[in-house]
Amino acid sequence: MPRFFRLDEPALDGLIEALRQQGYTAVGPRVRDGAVIYDEISSVADLPQGWASEQEAGKYRLNRDPSAGPFDYVIGPSSWKQWLHPPEARLFAAERENGAFRILPNTTSAPRYALVGVRACELAAIAIQDRVLLGDRYTDPIYQARRKALFVVAVNCTRSAATCFCASMQTGPRAVEGFDLALTPVGNGRQYLGETGTDAGAAVAGELGWPEAPPEMMSEAAETVRAAARAQTRNVALEGLAEALTAAAEHPRWETVAKRCMACGNCTLACPTCFCTTVEDTSTVDGARAERWRKWDSCFTQSFSYIHGGSVRTSVKSRYRQWLTHKLAYWQQQFGTPGCVGCGRCITWCPAGIDLTEEARALRA
Amino acid sequence: MRSKSQARPKVGVFKFASCDGCQLSLLDAEDELLAVARAIDIAYFPEASSIMKKGPYDIGLVEGSVTTHHDAERIQHIRRQCRTLITIGACATAGGIQALRNWAEVDEFVRAVYASPQFISTLKTSTSIAEHVPVDFELRGCPISKHQLLEVISATLAGRKPNVPTYSVCMECKRRGNVCTMVAHGTPCLGPVTQAGCGALCPAYNRGCYGCFGPMESPNTASLSQQFRVLGQSSGDITRAFRGFNAWAWPFRQASGEGHRS
Repeated sequence: MPRFFRLDEPALDGLIEALRQQGYTAVGPRVRDGAVIYDEISSVADLPQGWASEQEAGKYRLNRDPSAGPFDYVIGPSSWKQWLHPPEARLFAAERENGAFRILPNTTSAPRYALVGVRACELAAIAIQDRVLLGDRYTDPIYQARRKALFVVAVNCTRSAATCFCASMQTGPRAVEGFDLALTPVGNGRQYLGETGTDAGAAVAGELGWPEAPPEMMSEAAETVRAAARAQTRNVALEGLAEALTAAAEHPRWETVAKRCMACGNCTLACPTCFCTTVEDTSTVDGARAERWRKWDSCFTQSFSYIHGGSVRTSVKSRYRQWLTHKLAYWQQQFGTPGCVGCGRCITWCPAGIDLTEEARALRA
Repeated sequence: MRSKSQARPKVGVFKFASCDGCQLSLLDAEDELLAVARAIDIAYFPEASSIMKKGPYDIGLVEGSVTTHHDAERIQHIRRQCRTLITIGACATAGGIQALRNWAEVDEFVRAVYASPQFISTLKTSTSIAEHVPVDFELRGCPISKHQLLEVISATLAGRKPNVPTYSVCMECKRRGNVCTMVAHGTPCLGPVTQAGCGALCPAYNRGCYGCFGPMESPNTASLSQQFRVLGQSSGDITRAFRGFNAWAWPFRQASGEGHRS
């Protein structure tokens, strides 16, 4: 059974400190280069207190907002994928030795991250990456090691950005599972309702001696999160979506969107569920050492669909169709849920301002 | 991998109209330079050595664009001398910044710049090497990336395909964790239509991409130009953005308004 506690700002600071004491590297939101990104934090002073984001298709602005609490930025460009499924990872190195070669051990141990400020949509994204990278016969050891060592502090959203549509994707804004602790800002973001999700979370809560939350705090928290859901202006109608998109393979809308799509790959790399990678072999000039690297890839590149003789998807239209139908239709068949969690990053961070919710709607017309 | 008994490949480095920065990338590879010198025979490299061995060469690295009658003939000769011809840098692959002359009257420049213009003999255009002879591999950039140059040399020696991606700068930008300068700051950026290779250097310092590595594999310049207009850029701004180091590369040339005079 989850237990509920009342936290003030010093208590949140104490939580970050306690996690660091336990050997975790605390990662959370902070301001950098005009956006809220995820990076290492050492105290609440690092959090983006007093900042609010304005988001639209192809546009993001971080503005000063004295009324904004540390988690009112909603979400920014980076996702936790960067920490669990790193953009570049060395798979192995080998050295030439007496006419043969020797594989060198990968000695780097997995970092222990405590993620602070994980949104409900992002928990859903992590659950999706779990299914993809751990849920099959083949598990990804890099992801697995980081995932096992993870401590998750979720923070429920009390604001929505204009690009958010988690409510329609049924992934948020309230965090239901997948966290050790969940916080909900109340009282204008100066206090938090704490909720335990796991034994590890309960142990930390117990150790820090947080007082129990009064019932009115719980109802206030629930209402604020519901209000954030109501404030969402975008949505994707899930009912019959997979069938509709499958039937829309020759829809003229694909041509229209391909005129705007630059196949730059931003949407896929900003997406918290996109997991595709490519592999590059490198060697030194003298041929004495070789390394194999894995890097984030995108289905929007020409090389992504390269097979003997050429790329299968030569047109941008075919690449956009592949991406959208995989996200919203075939993913369901493959992994049991849609590949989209409604975070809206692909909308905000598309430099051409293409809106997935608008495309999905147009393709059903 | 070449066996030890095989002769080291003989390499020539040739300069055309350029600033020498790309050739210098080879000398700039300080940590790897000794290994490079052991692996290849740098037979002709006037920038680095006064010993200039005659061809033929296994690999020719060509920097610079063709801007004179003399160079237009010289590249034909060099092509015949090189088994594999690799062009390096924006000048060699697209005509360089000096290709801006292609939209103007070069005679006017000559009269304005030189005290004795009668001694100047030049072509009306600056063009890429590939417009004159077949090229085996093009390494983009202004300047090229020394990592990519070493990669091409290492891959050639190992008999594998070089990792020189043709996708957008955005791929490197997002992997690096940069905040998108166009979306977050409204700064016009050529990244979405420019080939990767620089490691998203300018966006990492909150500058828009200048397109040094030329057009990416499927450049949708019309869509980017439209977005530039949304950001308040004028037609003149858009023309100038595309008329940089790779102005004469066809997709950028087209996007800059083919018929416009600068």
